[in-house]
Amino acid sequence: MTQHVKSLPETDVKPLRQVGRPLRRVDALGKATGTTAYAADFEMPQMLHAKVFRSRKPSARIVDLDVSRAEALEGVACVLTAEDLPGGQLATDMPGQTGREERKGSKAPVLASDRVRYLGEPIALVAAETLEIAEEALDLIDVEYEPFPGVFDPLEAMKPDAPVVYEPDNIVASWRIRKGDVEAGFAEADKIVENTFTMPFIDHAYLEPEAGVAWMDDQNVINIRVCTQVVEHFRSIAAAVGVPHNKVHVRGTMIGGGFGGKEDITVEIFLALLTKTTRRPVKLVYTREESILGHSKRHPFIITHRTGVKNDGKITAAEIEMVANAGAYPYLSPYVSLYATVTSCGPYKVDNLKVDTKAVATNNPFTSAFRGFGGAQAAVAYEQQMDEIAKVLSMDPLDVRRANFLETGDENAIGQTIESAVWLEEEANRALDALGERTPETGSIKVGRGFATTMQSYGRIMWFHDTSRSWVGIEQDGSVVVRCGVPDLGAGQASSLCQIAAEVLGVPMDDVTVYYSDSALTPLAGTTTATRQLYMSGNATLKASGMVRDVLLERAAAYFDVDPGDLDIADREVFVTGSAQLRDSDSRTRLRPDPLPLGDLAKMCAADGMKLQHLALFTAPFTDQLDPENLRGDLFPDFTFSAHAVEVAVDTETGEVTLLKSVGCHDVGRAINPTAVVGQIQGGSAQGIGWALMEEVQVNEGYMMTPSYSEYLIPTAKDLPKTEAIILESGTGVGPLGAKGIGEPSLTPAAPAVANAVADALGVRVADLPITPERVLEAWERKGGE
Amino acid sequence: MKETTITLTINGRTHEPAVQPNETLLQVLRKLGYTDVKSGCEKGDCGACAVLLDGDAVNSCLVLARQADGGEVVTNSGLGTLDDPHPLQEAFADAGAVQCGFCTPGMIVSAKALLDRNPNPTEEEIREAIAGNLCRCTGYAQIVDAVQLAAQRMSAKTGGES
Repeated sequence: MTQHVKSLPETDVKPLRQVGRPLRRVDALGKATGTTAYAADFEMPQMLHAKVFRSRKPSARIVDLDVSRAEALEGVACVLTAEDLPGGQLATDMPGQTGREERKGSKAPVLASDRVRYLGEPIALVAAETLEIAEEALDLIDVEYEPFPGVFDPLEAMKPDAPVVYEPDNIVASWRIRKGDVEAGFAEADKIVENTFTMPFIDHAYLEPEAGVAWMDDQNVINIRVCTQVVEHFRSIAAAVGVPHNKVHVRGTMIGGGFGGKEDITVEIFLALLTKTTRRPVKLVYTREESILGHSKRHPFIITHRTGVKNDGKITAAEIEMVANAGAYPYLSPYVSLYATVTSCGPYKVDNLKVDTKAVATNNPFTSAFRGFGGAQAAVAYEQQMDEIAKVLSMDPLDVRRANFLETGDENAIGQTIESAVWLEEEANRALDALGERTPETGSIKVGRGFATTMQSYGRIMWFHDTSRSWVGIEQDGSVVVRCGVPDLGAGQASSLCQIAAEVLGVPMDDVTVYYSDSALTPLAGTTTATRQLYMSGNATLKASGMVRDVLLERAAAYFDVDPGDLDIADREVFVTGSAQLRDSDSRTRLRPDPLPLGDLAKMCAADGMKLQHLALFTAPFTDQLDPENLRGDLFPDFTFSAHAVEVAVDTETGEVTLLKSVGCHDVGRAINPTAVVGQIQGGSAQGIGWALMEEVQVNEGYMMTPSYSEYLIPTAKDLPKTEAIILESGTGVGPLGAKGIGEPSLTPAAPAVANAVADALGVRVADLPITPERVLEAWERKGGE
Repeated sequence: MKETTITLTINGRTHEPAVQPNETLLQVLRKLGYTDVKSGCEKGDCGACAVLLDGDAVNSCLVLARQADGGEVVTNSGLGTLDDPHPLQEAFADAGAVQCGFCTPGMIVSAKALLDRNPNPTEEEIREAIAGNLCRCTGYAQIVDAVQLAAQRMSAKTGGES
């Protein structure tokens, strides 16, 4: 592992003994030994098995639905359709257009009744004694469709005569920025550069398909054990099933990958309905094909940049148009397109800016959250545009960026002041330097280099008024318990809380046990999305641990007869620090006393009735909603600034692109666990590289062409070089001890860096992702092949 | 369909499950409670269900249970435990090779099969050996590191002998 630490800023907690060390994550060995149980691993007595009957048409009316033959099959416990849902039409918690009244028709039905809008849309649910019987029952469900015109291309869907996916029209969300005087800016420009970039549907392709087991308990509570990024969906599930909020209990398991795809409700409502109907435990596990059909995708975007620049590279004006393909239902499209809008011009100062973004409904798989959440799509466009500007001006790509980089204290596209460090130039230089010597070209192989510098928010949109809670307690043997409702995606969300508590309470991380991801039994910590958990729950845990520490030190101060400030805790002991003045009441110097074991101190506190368990609430800054017609104000808690550089070899005979070198450099504020940060940088960039070169959910007139890992290709160990991760620590983030977020930012610069490298190799750009051999050869031919 | 009884030795224990002609080894292993064998695609694309069958790493979703009759199966949980982990399991934990962990059991099984025949593999050999095991979290670098670390520790333990 290569990492360079630039500086370690001062903190309240010092010296740091646990934080910043590459400690083994608390969840690592359980997973490595196959001990960890995932959602599909649970069974219960009397358990039924469920299957989902899905639409075989991307756009149709349901004329008739007959489940009687399926119901009659021996071993079938129940078959549910939209008619069986309490209150008829139900909806999951889809947002409307934020900042306006909730959009009519913007909710997705749990089960389709009169119409289907995408291939694979759920229509009926079956629960049966065995999985085989449930599968057989699906074949006995009779549905009669009547053709209903569909629309598959977002540009077509925006036309006035286009089929309407749902009322009132196909525009799911729209956002605008109007800043400065764009016309004047263009008039001032020496050159105007215009380009359009596109990117496809992408699947999260987490290794663990969606799964869950649900049952009713003796208080009539619907318990759902499920892999989810959001245990707080319990409220929406309760509303959908028609029970009070406190009658749904979501017990999150370790998640076998999510990346945003397990942010929306997947199996939960189906399981809740089936267990409530049958009063028996029910299990539902998606197949891989069903996972690809049934969960959200990354939004395809079409992004056009028109940029006015001076000959020295300075941007004078930018006009940016974005069209996001929202698929069949909005889900998080309004927010994804908002993120894209706000970072549309990248980490650059653009005083004259006009941005128009639309998310448009089509009869395709629905789209929602995916690591990078619109910010990544924006980056694919703005970073390729920066290289195209450099080309037009015959400038070095880094020089063009340097002429425009945001700096601390500058305002971003919507007028939010950047408070934290912006080390983009240093990041780019370090990443490019780390590429080392250029690989020589041979024969038809062209070698190219590219990089990207990006900004990605961490923490949720501030008008959501985000909060997290964490509970920390110390036991009477000095061992520590953290209880925090953080869903663990596998990025070390729970483990980093342990590392923080261990730091504050002076124990090895192995002495900390964490309980997580339970909507009833652990304090609610919000969603594991938006790169927010280290920021939110890390701060809550830091605060709760500090409250426990204060109690311990208060009691220890009395024991040692010193000020609490003269005490420290390390290695399970409280001790008087070297700088303390130790004097008796008659002013004689005392011997330094022996350290006090933490367990003994905890027992003293317990005997005195002192509070050794604390619940802390952390709140992000709260703001008001911004005006969608002209976004202006503060939207995010902070941003992570990043660079990624790659070297590629492009075979101009076969069109094949091989990644030779890859380096990510990120200012993470403070690396709580450097090994975990490296893992994020390497893993996030791997997803970005896959997006750039090979991944595409292909949909033909609404029909899924890539329903398995045979067709939907993700990088294997042989497709990627080792990404070198360079960690910088400015200490200026709003997370615990100055940390910034890295989950999403790790991905954002990788795809545009690859696109820029391929363009560098070929001398001509492939502006559409993925950069397939066919597209490479087409571009090479367009250039006239040399 | 007609069930038949087969004999499997799994992690040292003998089982005699009744299986359907079309049941896969993956399905039978999970039914018997070996849930560390993960189901990721059921068609041999992802490697999450890899186990050692008579010493070779196989995708258990591509083996009919009947074909494994009389065979010896070792799953990842048969290699070591939380209290006594296999060096590969320990190295995966130490090197950051475990993120979501869903690919990990199959990945470790593939690595075990590699080290059994090649105790000191190169990076390229490791990448070749795990090419059939998809991981969506790590980008594979820390997994490669982990296999190298395990190989070093194992050869140090055996005094450098292979």
